Amino acid sequence: MILKLAWRNIWRSKRRTAITLGMIIFAVVLSTLMMSIKEGMYANMIKSTAGDFSGYAQVHLKDFWSEKTLEYAFEIDDDVVKILEEEKTVDGYLPRVEGFALAAVHNITKGSAVLGIDVEKEKAFTNLHERVVEGEYLLPDDDAILIGNGLAKYLKIGVNDTLVLIGGGYQGRSAVGKYPIKGIVKFGSPELSKQLVFMPMQAADMFYGTNGLVTSVILKTASGKKGIIAAKHLQKKLGDEYEAMDWKQLNPELVNLIETDRVEGYVFMFILYLVIAFGIFSTMLMMLAERQHEFGVLVAVGMKRAKLAVMVWGEIFILSILGSILGLICAFPVCYTFYVKPFRYGEEMAKMAEEYGIEAVIKTSLAPEIFIQQAVIVGILASIIALYPLYKLLKINAIESMRS
Amino acid sequence: MSVIETKNLSKIYDEGPIRVHAVNEVTLNIEEGEFTAVVGPSGSGKTTLLNIVGGLDRPTKGSVKVDGVELSTMNESNLIKFRLENIGFVFQSYNLIPVLTAKENTEFIMLLQGAPEKERQERVMQLLHEVGIGEQADKRPSEMSGGQQQRVAVARALASRPKFVLADEPTANLDSKSAENLLDLMLMLNKEEQVTFIFSTHDQRVIDRARRVITLEDGKIVKDEQR
Repeated sequence: MILKLAWRNIWRSKRRTAITLGMIIFAVVLSTLMMSIKEGMYANMIKSTAGDFSGYAQVHLKDFWSEKTLEYAFEIDDDVVKILEEEKTVDGYLPRVEGFALAAVHNITKGSAVLGIDVEKEKAFTNLHERVVEGEYLLPDDDAILIGNGLAKYLKIGVNDTLVLIGGGYQGRSAVGKYPIKGIVKFGSPELSKQLVFMPMQAADMFYGTNGLVTSVILKTASGKKGIIAAKHLQKKLGDEYEAMDWKQLNPELVNLIETDRVEGYVFMFILYLVIAFGIFSTMLMMLAERQHEFGVLVAVGMKRAKLAVMVWGEIFILSILGSILGLICAFPVCYTFYVKPFRYGEEMAKMAEEYGIEAVIKTSLAPEIFIQQAVIVGILASIIALYPLYKLLKINAIESMRS
Repeated sequence: MSVIETKNLSKIYDEGPIRVHAVNEVTLNIEEGEFTAVVGPSGSGKTTLLNIVGGLDRPTKGSVKVDGVELSTMNESNLIKFRLENIGFVFQSYNLIPVLTAKENTEFIMLLQGAPEKERQERVMQLLHEVGIGEQADKRPSEMSGGQQQRVAVARALASRPKFVLADEPTANLDSKSAENLLDLMLMLNKEEQVTFIFSTHDQRVIDRARRVITLEDGKIVKDEQR
């Protein structure tokens, strides 16, 4: 009966219920959209930085990542291959030789990361060929390079121009070469586009003198989460001679950036929740005032105040759950729209975003946990706010309430 | 046997420098089966007296016993339970729960008492037929006339098998035919089922039917007439 009473009371004042539901729905939609945009942006950053370039996990010789020198180049022997192929979370792997060189054209120079790549495997695993925005993709025996569009812009060069690379090679030898630019590539992360140079593995062997050795094995996994699992498993299996690192360990700056931004997001969300809470609170106060007389009568005829309080709390709780579910139903199409049709920044905003190393695209995330989390938070918030009427009703005076 | 017994009962309101004696040294006995009207001009203390007797308000001093149990020292939680078990209320403006049907409104009190389903169903339908609205059992208050609503209120008041029913101006919002019908019903319940009724009223029709009329003025009993 109490539940029936609570349910019927909800629909007794349709306008009040509509206002309360509207507030909760609005809150869920807004907070979900906010989180969806944020998480979408992070996912995009992780994918464009880690997923598309460094992979969600890598294997090197121990200490390569901290030292970053070619002295840690190694041969991918049969034992390593067997371990990699046995790991279920790894869909494939590709070798790279990663070194640094000064890229120079006339009197302009810039430090660059020069990567020797397996042209065919990169094509299959990282879709590098799809990132060519000008010129052509490499062939395995090309003695040419691809460079990032940011670097091309900085050095004021384009396809068919020649770039001089000067750096250190394997075991102290110098690495010097002159390479024609076969194509310009663009990455989601503008930071990567400003410093990357790709050359076929064969050319890199010649340039660095590595002779078939590699510095990194990029692991292809289905997601960042699987990358983390893969790194953990492989570290155990490969032993101390190697380091298996996940994308978080490979990109600590990115992780910091996301964490900092997340904290800012939480502050904003807190303010948003506060505004929402006051909205819901005011409709609850309205309800309390309107039904004061009725509450007085119920206590007068013998309803325990605790039971009355639970009934009213139940009404608000049901409303919160209902509002949260409706909010989710409304939020999904909004988030889905921005997922399939990402919003692109205007020119000015895009420049600002790129300065921060962020791709100038807003694409939402449809991760279920975002939707569930927001609905649960708003539901809990409304239930907590409902503690106020609970408190008031526990102290209600029948006579005074009936006089109101 | 006394159902209600008050001794030197007073209720004083402090309104700034003025102390208002809403009820002033009232000593009163009401026996089982009485049909009593408490009358007097507005502000004479009728409602305050009924509120104290009904355990809704506390006296400033004096004693009030219902069925031998002292109410003035009882804590709030026990008072609510006591009201539920022993006192039926009929209010001027019916005060039914708007979202419940006549049947559910009547059943509600028994539900609060924890009465079993079968007993509830039987008693509720019996009461609704007794008060003459068995046919309206599934209607909500908004679908009934004032007279019908007040009959439901009487059925609700009786549902808990109370020691007595307090009725605060029960006919004030009713047209004269509905008022007459309601009074007939209450008299019938009083005669046939020995239900004790205590009214606060201005209504001459109630006063004419009452077997005892207590007149209050400035919180004091100025006349107590048995008929």
